[in-house]
Amino acid sequence: MLRASLKSLLARKLRLLMSAVAVILGVAFVAGSFIFTDTLGRSFDGIMSSSVGDVVVRPAGSGDTLGSTQTIDGALVAKLAAAPGAARADGNIVDYTTFVVGKSGKLIGGQGAPGMAVNFTDGPAANNTSMFSLASGEMPTQDGQIALDAKTAKTGGYVVGDKVNVVTASAKAQVNPTLSGIIESSGSLVGASVVVWTTHEAQSLYLGGKDAFNDVWVTREDGTSQEQLRAAVAPLLPADLEAVTGDSAAEAAANQIQESLKFITYFLLIFAAVALVVGTFIIVNTFSILVAQRMRELALFRAIGASRRQVARSVLIEAFVVGLIGATLGLGLGIVLAIAIKALFGAIGLDLAGAELVLAPRTVVAAYVVGLVVTLLAAYLPARRAGKVPPVAAMRDDVTLTESSMHRRVLAGLALTALGAAALALGLLADVPKPVAFVGAGILGVLLGVALTSPVVGRPLIVGMGAIYRRLFGSVGVMAEENALRNPRRTAATASALMIGVALVSMMAVFGSSTKASINKEIEKNFKADYLVSNSIGSDFSTAVGDEVAKVDGVATVSRVRWGMGEVGDGQEWIAAIDPATFGQVATLDTSAEALANLDRGGLLLDADTATELGLKTGDKVRMKLSGKPFDATVAGTYAATAGSAPARYLLSTKTWDANGGKLSDGQVYVRLTDGADAAAVGSALDKIVADLPTVSVKDVAGYAEEQAKPINQMLMIIYALLGLAVVIAILGIINTLALSVIERTREIGLLRAVGLSRRQLRSMLRLESVVIALLGATLGVVLGVVFGMAIQRALADEGFSTLQIPWVQLVAFVLMAGIVGVLAAVWPGRRAAKLKILDAIGSE
Amino acid sequence: MMSAAPSPPTTFEVAARTEGLTKIYGKGDAQVVALGGVSVDIHAHEFTAIMGPSGSGKSTLMHCAAGLDEATSGKVFLGDVEITGLKENDLTRLRRDRIGFIFQAFNLIPTLTAKENILLPLSIAGREPDPEWFARVIDTVGLSERLGHRPTELSGGQQQRVACARALVSRPAIIFADEPTGNLDSKSSREVLEFLRRSVTEFGQTIVMVTHDPSAASYTDRVLFLADGRVVDELREPTAETVLERMGRLDGARGV
Repeated sequence: MLRASLKSLLARKLRLLMSAVAVILGVAFVAGSFIFTDTLGRSFDGIMSSSVGDVVVRPAGSGDTLGSTQTIDGALVAKLAAAPGAARADGNIVDYTTFVVGKSGKLIGGQGAPGMAVNFTDGPAANNTSMFSLASGEMPTQDGQIALDAKTAKTGGYVVGDKVNVVTASAKAQVNPTLSGIIESSGSLVGASVVVWTTHEAQSLYLGGKDAFNDVWVTREDGTSQEQLRAAVAPLLPADLEAVTGDSAAEAAANQIQESLKFITYFLLIFAAVALVVGTFIIVNTFSILVAQRMRELALFRAIGASRRQVARSVLIEAFVVGLIGATLGLGLGIVLAIAIKALFGAIGLDLAGAELVLAPRTVVAAYVVGLVVTLLAAYLPARRAGKVPPVAAMRDDVTLTESSMHRRVLAGLALTALGAAALALGLLADVPKPVAFVGAGILGVLLGVALTSPVVGRPLIVGMGAIYRRLFGSVGVMAEENALRNPRRTAATASALMIGVALVSMMAVFGSSTKASINKEIEKNFKADYLVSNSIGSDFSTAVGDEVAKVDGVATVSRVRWGMGEVGDGQEWIAAIDPATFGQVATLDTSAEALANLDRGGLLLDADTATELGLKTGDKVRMKLSGKPFDATVAGTYAATAGSAPARYLLSTKTWDANGGKLSDGQVYVRLTDGADAAAVGSALDKIVADLPTVSVKDVAGYAEEQAKPINQMLMIIYALLGLAVVIAILGIINTLALSVIERTREIGLLRAVGLSRRQLRSMLRLESVVIALLGATLGVVLGVVFGMAIQRALADEGFSTLQIPWVQLVAFVLMAGIVGVLAAVWPGRRAAKLKILDAIGSE
Repeated sequence: MMSAAPSPPTTFEVAARTEGLTKIYGKGDAQVVALGGVSVDIHAHEFTAIMGPSGSGKSTLMHCAAGLDEATSGKVFLGDVEITGLKENDLTRLRRDRIGFIFQAFNLIPTLTAKENILLPLSIAGREPDPEWFARVIDTVGLSERLGHRPTELSGGQQQRVACARALVSRPAIIFADEPTGNLDSKSSREVLEFLRRSVTEFGQTIVMVTHDPSAASYTDRVLFLADGRVVDELREPTAETVLERMGRLDGARGV
């Protein structure tokens, strides 16, 4: 029996390949996700281990955040170097808001990747490694010189000796140092650019000229361990500094990054799951068709004495082989996919070029487990059905299987839909743990439920299209419609695979466009300024820009917003500083005059929800820390939390911010014009100020709204690209179903050709059938997607997603695209069918 | 078109003919000569049977004559048109407009009703049926009650009669029937053969039928006997007995 089923499998290599396609794609997505995130993690690990010294002295607690603004006095460095077991100590300065502008005037990197700047020291990193090595030229030895990482220099078109255009958020917004050397990083920089200054110039740029550092690396002497050195250094430190060994600092940093990368892993795995669900549909469908086609063969097995179980097992063995082949090829394709995802992320700034792909054993295991389990599960039902073939079927000409009644199937589908809807409602509206899981399970439940009922639900749609076909295409149209209806399950399963992808894409389209509409509405309501000067990549820029802006004729008010991470109580929080006197003129902040007065006197303004959450009321004291010394801020009052109105949940006045060591750079500068000022003239004057600073731009309301929409559009593009794979699988499903149907209907096709159906008519018949399936899937998908999108928007209406906007044009475009997909999917099966020799076809069994 | 049987003519109008038709399958040692230079005329308005033992080439002859299979050499004419060498699209049109087919089994598209099946060649061509002719054909076939049924709801005999009606409804120049009664019981066979006979007698249709059943051949005007890829004998006004006798002679001659 085993040999028989393997032989039958090998005899039909095409069939084998076609049923493996779905497995291959599903597994590829899982493997690709793992490979990509492992690669991502490894490339960070590489950087981390050489980005610490043997012992790192740093502001206490700063290991948790990037870019703490507290500094270390330069006098301490000499003391640390003298500690027992210390070979040397080097102070480091790191800044993440320094960008290089290429010779063409284009900003290098950006779009989320940090622009790193460090000072040059020749002190080694932990365990005598080095973060950078010199590739050409020399390290900066005097002010006015820099070194650049090789990729940035190459992208910018800079060679040693060139003047480089560097943009910083420091008091000097633009600097033009000479490139003295080019460095190579020991690991991938993940898209970041690196500028190396002399220590003196870094201090003057970033630390206001103080002899200070962000952290200090202490290098051990031979024979001293990291831990021994740490113990020797610790007593020398003031209370607000801490010493950690390089190994533990690197590990902690790596863990932290792994933790934040988990999001990407989960994100990708969700899409892998979608791909697998869609793939499962295709596999179930493929095996069902294959079993139907092999009825006589299977019945013959039964007639010559094979038991039900043996017949069922033979189908499962076939599934096992298909799963094995699918997993193997899928793993290979997954590597290709990981490269593609790498490129996709590279396109949005997370550049991993140079990072080698990591194929962990776990990835291989997952690929095979997923491939085999999914295939075997998908083949189980068809296999059971195969076992029920009566032996007598071998002797009959027209073998049909009685399938379980549609009635039960529809009931099960309805129940599943209801359950899914309930889970969705719970996740969105009720206070349940892990609401995302509820929402996900709910959506899956509804999708599967509708897929089960789709043979019935889809019928009116097919019949409706059939009426149009009949009119337009005559008997070819009639036959196409009848073919789509003759196996309602097959049509429905094929369409359902497409439905899932389209539903998710439509859901994201509805949600994305609602989000943009909500943001626009908020901006329209809250944005009272005439112009906003801001940094397109969300980092800060030099205060010199605001100074220049204030000098422009026609500018009445300049209101600055500063921001950064700082401590509130025990936690790290995003804190912003506003000017209480002017902020109200440029934006809407729903609060009392008294609170604003308190804010001006050094208070902390909270959004109402946060105040309730923390149990804080006006007059309470909160311990805060920016850089510099901790200070107690008095709660000035609360403001009503509506999205878009305030830059952070915690607001200080700019005065308080500056006095307590907040970073002296602006995040946003709002501009309001004098009455009667020529807005266009002022606008071009402002543009001139920021002309040399590619990171900074001037926007009016429309421009601001557009900029806010940009990351959403970008996110949507990524999600579309990833969901696109599910759609590709679904398309392959249509091709598969059609191709198998062509095989099944070989005699019929032969007959049609014999009585005069031309090849073109035959192809158009299949094309019409394919279009019906595609449109059915797309229509159901769009309807469900709109429902999901609306549900999510409604549930989040209080959290800023106040406006529902359904992108009808886009949704109609999805359906039309599905029609085109249908046309394309029929090309190959159509060609195969047209190639059939009439006599062979008629004579075939 | 003539509506009554022509009186026995001395010279025949030719509906189709072959000239030195040769069909060879395979190459080298595996080469099989299915037809070894067959030249034969098919008379118009006659019911012709092609008979012969298995492997005699009778089906191949019909397939080549109908443009379903390509001849290795020789010529095939349908009326005055040489079909050997015609392009695929022209052949398709020819089959659609000038030829009717009845196969042994699987003659009907399962998703279409009897009526839709009958009208299929016309609707593929985008032509409207002549309602009078359609009514007459349906009436002759005796299927007016069952036009709305699908093939699975019809008996084997009824299915074959639907196939006959389909072949007839477009008034083709010639109908090729490949063992049309091969799968039927004797009663159904008789119905189908009587119908074919009538369509020749009453409508002047030209029909060529491949069969190995002497009693089926007895319904025809003329029987061509094939053996080893050649026409070896011919019989006019056959009866089951004369056909059987000729076949016995043939077998004897071949030493079987």
